[in-house]
Amino acid sequence: MNYIFIFLVLLSIFFGFINNSINEVVDSIWQGCKKTLDISIYLIGIMGFWMGILNIAHKSGLMKFFSKLVTPFINKIFDELPQNSKIQGDIALNFSANFFGLANAATPFGISAIKKMQEINIDKNSASNSMCMLLAMNTAGFQLIPSTIIAILAAKGFKNPEVIILPTLIVTCIAFLSSILFAKLMQKIFKPQENKKISQKVEVIDYGIS
Amino acid sequence: MELVNKISILILPLLISFIFVYALIKKTNVYDAFIDGAQDGIKCACSIIPYLLAIIVVISMVQSCGLFDFIERKFKFIFEFLKIPVDIIPVMIIRSLSGSALLGLVSDIVDKYGNDAYVTKLAAIMAGSSETTFYVISVYFGAIGIKKLRYALFCGLFGDMIGIIAAIFVCKVFFS
Repeated sequence: MNYIFIFLVLLSIFFGFINNSINEVVDSIWQGCKKTLDISIYLIGIMGFWMGILNIAHKSGLMKFFSKLVTPFINKIFDELPQNSKIQGDIALNFSANFFGLANAATPFGISAIKKMQEINIDKNSASNSMCMLLAMNTAGFQLIPSTIIAILAAKGFKNPEVIILPTLIVTCIAFLSSILFAKLMQKIFKPQENKKISQKVEVIDYGIS
Repeated sequence: MELVNKISILILPLLISFIFVYALIKKTNVYDAFIDGAQDGIKCACSIIPYLLAIIVVISMVQSCGLFDFIERKFKFIFEFLKIPVDIIPVMIIRSLSGSALLGLVSDIVDKYGNDAYVTKLAAIMAGSSETTFYVISVYFGAIGIKKLRYALFCGLFGDMIGIIAAIFVCKVFFS
């Protein structure tokens, strides 16, 4: 991420000079800050609400039951998760929320899942295979009905916007499946994580003192 | 279509009522559980903000610097050769980067070409089948402070690329 960040910042400043649009580039920094604030405030509300609802389901034992139900399916894709953890339930909720187009519910569920994955991660600075798989599932944009786009088309006077539903679903299925297969493949060929559990214990003690 | 639409609208209230009723039966303290969870959620959302700031500012810089026009000019001939509308190029790039900019682009295309144009449908399919990969990655990994992405970004971008190619093919099959 470090190098991507450096590269993109320098690249846009460089292109800004070449295209004589350096003023726009500087302006866009402040616009970006403002946009971050808008999104963050929205995110704080949404995350608070859904994590609250999710916690009710956790406390009442509903998640445990639900997790048991979906574990066999989830474990086929996520083969490094411990048995009988609550992660499977979170993943299933994340997937279903995405599928039904409830994007603002999907994110908190997914974050709940990735937080639990971090607890069992052997190197807290790098992404585990399960995390990469979860991200692959989430970045493919798998959903039944692309409701936002349909709303735009309808608002612009498109007579039958539902004609795009089936082709979009086919495209998103293809992208979704290929993302998962690609993640599976990378899991096999990419350099595995180093086990840093021992050094991390020292860090935890440091935090305790400070 | 009607039925699917109805299910999509009903699923949220039904899910919430189900969770509440189940908790009531199991005699859980619903209010306390909600407050506890919301506390965690809000803390988590706050810890994501710096990661979001980095990615959103960078993307907004890249968008404004004229790089996309440059790419559009350089690769135009490939698209003309493959008989793909040139106006789809910005949609292809933006769909992994920014959701709001993508919606803006799609409505621009609808305004410019009208409802029945091939490029409108292609843009709609491409936008409808996408998720803003960079946003998702920064939110998820921001929440737990992961800095080494390993192959997560490749996976996301690979899926996006397949999505773009699939959209072009599927649109050809359906609408021409």
